[in-house]
Amino acid sequence: MSFYFAIVGTKDNPLYEAEFGSKGVEGIVKKDEHRHLNQFIVHSALDLVEELQWQTNTMYIKHVDKFNEWHISAHVTAGNIKFMLLHESQRDDGPIKNFFSECYEVYIKILLNPFYEVNLPITSPAFDARVRFIARKYLGKE
Amino acid sequence: MSQTSRLSVISAATETRYHSSKRVSIVDRNLNKTKTAEIGLNAFAFLFSEMLQYAQKRVLGIQDLERKLNDFGYRVGTRLLELIVWREKNSKRETRVLGILSFINTTVWKTLFGKPADSLEKSTENEDEYMISDNDPLISKFISVPKELSQLNCCAFLAGIVEAILDGAQFPSRVTAHSVPIEGFPLRTTILIKLDREVLQREEQLKS
Repeated sequence: MSFYFAIVGTKDNPLYEAEFGSKGVEGIVKKDEHRHLNQFIVHSALDLVEELQWQTNTMYIKHVDKFNEWHISAHVTAGNIKFMLLHESQRDDGPIKNFFSECYEVYIKILLNPFYEVNLPITSPAFDARVRFIARKYLGKE
Repeated sequence: MSQTSRLSVISAATETRYHSSKRVSIVDRNLNKTKTAEIGLNAFAFLFSEMLQYAQKRVLGIQDLERKLNDFGYRVGTRLLELIVWREKNSKRETRVLGILSFINTTVWKTLFGKPADSLEKSTENEDEYMISDNDPLISKFISVPKELSQLNCCAFLAGIVEAILDGAQFPSRVTAHSVPIEGFPLRTTILIKLDREVLQREEQLKS
């Protein structure tokens, strides 16, 4: 099971990217071949997210798009920042939704920094460590 | 001046605890910790007056001063929007004009001042204008404006906060503050919100 998580700003600019995967060797080999595709898949899914976000007022939008075997889920924040997650199979709502809300909380903590403006890339190693911890907690036990 | 009022300030995220040997990382702090915190109005008034003096030294006119205050408020508003929505715990975004305006009118004002704004009106002359009024704005309560600068309205800071919230929620608009004194409330200010055309077009599409 591997995942690609990206945070996209209001100008369609990536703020943060991370890949999580299970430790099997095959998993890693597959990732290398298609890793460059992940950015394209997320980018094309952004159009659909922008369409869907006006039809619902929830933050979490599941099954935005499907590309070959990848499913894409999205979480749109109040400030129009999009959290996109590529995952392989049709997972239940619960873990992904919880993953998104915990990432949202950490994002807000980064945003409260007066030196951080909206749409700047997130480079804090503490943020990275926290996101990976959250991923292991909700997406790792597959 | 022992008056204290409910005015909450976003400052907790970068604070560290010096009396303990370990620094708490920013990502581990609890976001709800300062949810009910209040600060003294006199402390805020002092800070605001210093901000005004700082801005005054660097601008050349009233419009510039209002724009600088608007910028200060904008920076606060971008963070306020996300924080307030998260603390509300209903995880809903606003997609309609009326929704975001009543969100500002009640929730944002309650978070900032402890009470909802006094009125939300729609202008009868223009489709895209809305007005939020406050009879006694706390932030400019102790600011005295000399006669030469009588056109200055220090609630431009508040207008900046509102503009940032609208921009963040994808309702771009121009927001300005105007004083409209009436009987009994000499300090009454109105925040005038002029929505961009694309917002109105989207509202039309969503309505159908």
